Amino acid sequence: MSSPAETSETGALSRRTFLKVGTAAGGGLMLGFHLPAFAQEAAKPAKYVLNPNAFIAIAPDGKVAFQIPQEEMGQGVYTSLSQLLADELDVDFANVTPLPAPPIDALYGSPRSHRMSTGGSTSIRSFYTALRQVGASGRAMMVQAAAQQWKVDPATLRTESGQVIDDAHGGRKLSYGELAPRAAKLPAPQDVTLKADKDLKLIGKPVKRLDTPDKVNGKAQYGIDVRMDGLKIATLAASPVVGGKVAHVDSSKLPSGLQLVVLDDIVAVVGPHYWAAKKGLDSLAISWNGGDNGQYDSAKMWREIRETAAEDGVLAKEDGDAKKTLTGAGAAKMDIAYELPFLSHAPMEPQNFTVHVKDGGCEMWGGSQVQTSAVAAAAKTLDTTPDKINFHNQMLGGGFGRRLDTDMVVKSVRVAQKVDGPVKVIWSREEDIQQDMYRPAYRNVMSASLGKDGKIAAWTHRIAGGAVSVRMSGKPLKGGLDRGSLEGATENSNGIPNFPVEYIEAPPKALNVGYWRGVAPNNNVFATESLMDELALKAGKDPVAFRLAHLDGAPRLKAAVEQVAQRSNWGGKLPKRAGRGICAQFCFGTYIATVCEAEVDDNGEAKIRQVHAVIDAGRIVNPDTLMAQVQGGLMFGFTAALYGDITVKDGRVQQRNFNDYRIMRMNEAPPIDVHIILTPEASGGIGEPGCTAGPPSLVNAIAAATGIRLRKLPIDRDILAGRKIA
Amino acid sequence: MVTLQINGQPHTVDAPDDMPLLWVLRDLVGLTGTKFGCGIAQCGACTVHLDGKAVRSCLLPVGSIGNRAITTIEAIGDTPNGARIQKAWLDIEVVQCGYCQSGQIMSATALLNRTPNPDDSDIDAAMAGNICRCGTYVRIRQAIKNAAKTV
Repeated sequence: MSSPAETSETGALSRRTFLKVGTAAGGGLMLGFHLPAFAQEAAKPAKYVLNPNAFIAIAPDGKVAFQIPQEEMGQGVYTSLSQLLADELDVDFANVTPLPAPPIDALYGSPRSHRMSTGGSTSIRSFYTALRQVGASGRAMMVQAAAQQWKVDPATLRTESGQVIDDAHGGRKLSYGELAPRAAKLPAPQDVTLKADKDLKLIGKPVKRLDTPDKVNGKAQYGIDVRMDGLKIATLAASPVVGGKVAHVDSSKLPSGLQLVVLDDIVAVVGPHYWAAKKGLDSLAISWNGGDNGQYDSAKMWREIRETAAEDGVLAKEDGDAKKTLTGAGAAKMDIAYELPFLSHAPMEPQNFTVHVKDGGCEMWGGSQVQTSAVAAAAKTLDTTPDKINFHNQMLGGGFGRRLDTDMVVKSVRVAQKVDGPVKVIWSREEDIQQDMYRPAYRNVMSASLGKDGKIAAWTHRIAGGAVSVRMSGKPLKGGLDRGSLEGATENSNGIPNFPVEYIEAPPKALNVGYWRGVAPNNNVFATESLMDELALKAGKDPVAFRLAHLDGAPRLKAAVEQVAQRSNWGGKLPKRAGRGICAQFCFGTYIATVCEAEVDDNGEAKIRQVHAVIDAGRIVNPDTLMAQVQGGLMFGFTAALYGDITVKDGRVQQRNFNDYRIMRMNEAPPIDVHIILTPEASGGIGEPGCTAGPPSLVNAIAAATGIRLRKLPIDRDILAGRKIA
Repeated sequence: MVTLQINGQPHTVDAPDDMPLLWVLRDLVGLTGTKFGCGIAQCGACTVHLDGKAVRSCLLPVGSIGNRAITTIEAIGDTPNGARIQKAWLDIEVVQCGYCQSGQIMSATALLNRTPNPDDSDIDAAMAGNICRCGTYVRIRQAIKNAAKTV
């Protein structure tokens, strides 16, 4: 994580980078309309400031470049954040080019955290108002500049499509491109009025994406596509056991012309192209000292998680007195545990970074979800300051949380330190899967009881799992509570009067844990929505009716459940061994109700027949992108439920590639209907809600289809085929 | 030295016969639109056309290609079906991260080349070799059907 001191150092790059980027985008002179204060302030911004000049540049021909602080990794953020800016600035979307903002927290950090980070479904939530204000400020400066030039009252002027228009004088016009030099000298207005909803032209509309035309013709450049003169290619093998070291490398069969790099815990081969580097690496006989973690396997790891989960945790929330209610509950009480496995991210673009170590620092290219942290990590590795790192962030071939970590930056820089000139370090798919920062495994220990009214009287939930914050920071939890493990368990209590939630850290020894699409709600929504379904069955109620009875305190979620039941023909007849399952969740600021329809064959294979989702994400920016994220998120979650399982033997991850770490394919992909409920509420996140809704809706559908309740993921086909008892 | 016919142009490259076409395209010729995903023909990100048929370039030794015409994502838009597929992709915004989409488009174009009006099972069979981690399958299926209607 970058400290304030580091970011102010990085800020020294800001003006130079901005002008360079602007020039590159315009193909000629591009005028950013910098505030007078911008030069000093941006040169060394002492603290976070929302500065319109940092985001917008307008060329004389009216072309507009936006520096987008969030990373494009498929979620459409280049387009959606551009919509916020362009609508308020009042420019034609066809004239807009989104560019990656340089790594400067003080200018491009989230208005919430003041850090650059693309994760947690926060981009729209954090930037919705801020970037509208930036766009509106820019528009006001254009109007002011025109008023000065024409010597009229700015209040008499209006704007349209990148022009200021003076209706009182025959509709004369000045383009933003003409006005930019004058506007650049004006102070940014402190208070601006945002457009009324009825005047919005881009926000809330299914505007075409700006990043996709180059993604259908091979032109889009991802980190792995970086090329330059003198570039060498490397591939690497890191210790297959966490904490292990290189013991010995036999390089007697290494082909000539290749460079062997042996570090403490990494062996890399550098060559003229990937094939040469890979053949070189394959020619080596490497032995490793695994150390203590070499004794771990999945059985032992799960034994430790279960032992930890049996202990009392730290209370994160406590409503009522669950212990007392459960003690007297008798047969109305259920005690259940749900377990989720370790998972790999497996983005389609394997990890890679291109690094040229020089001039006491380095220049580097790659895709990161945390631009300033990537710079800080490189600086620390080179024992230098962040201003010596020149980072060119690239399009991401998938993130899903994998690129919130910077281990790939550090490893690439370490290899590059041994290489003369620039080197692109590419992970093989096997290395990508076996050297991940895995979604933690979890065990949820839960109890609940029903009251005489058929509603839930008490509910306890103890979450046991690894804390990503601890692994990332290296510091222990404050008070034993990992806030990052709670979302999805604590926000929606379904009106249950006695409702404690506990957390206990169960740190895995042999694997590093990381943030994975859906983060904590991955675990918590699976546990809570599974238990809701089991309680409905126990109460003898229909699962939808049971949820609705508990949602009086969450009317937006209730509306989503009602609508999804209708759209999915809930209760309608289905073939034998087919069933529908529901998930009703509130997390990432978004309400989503999902019905999955699945069937199970005699071999225990589950097929998803169709899916309906109804989502209320408040104010939305691009409804088509939202639907795409829900569709894709559901597939990501279903893939995990059907196949996702990282296992360990002798401290080593056993899965290697897409043949044994399976991803759902076209022939398994169900139709997915997404319906949006529009509400004028604060925007919710959309990148992750679909992902977390997938597994519980599927497992609940399987229960409806077969009568078999699966309490552990991925789904066990032996249990569903009757070859094994649950 | 190997001479290959890539996108209608001859390219002579200094590559061993066993070097997969993928790395020749990416690292020697400089055509980076064809992607590396798995290296074992499991994901389809590296799909290109040989004489109009989809092949996985990550396992295809360049020494085995001879004079056959190689078409990559960079030139597929010059073919009628390639252009239709690209347009259909953009019309309904199939793409998310986009990394797999070069391969998806090459597989979909090859499908239309041999089956102008594919049904769902044709699409399943032709596209099941291409993984999309973003989960864009619903839209890929629709886009292929939309493109077929314009033939």
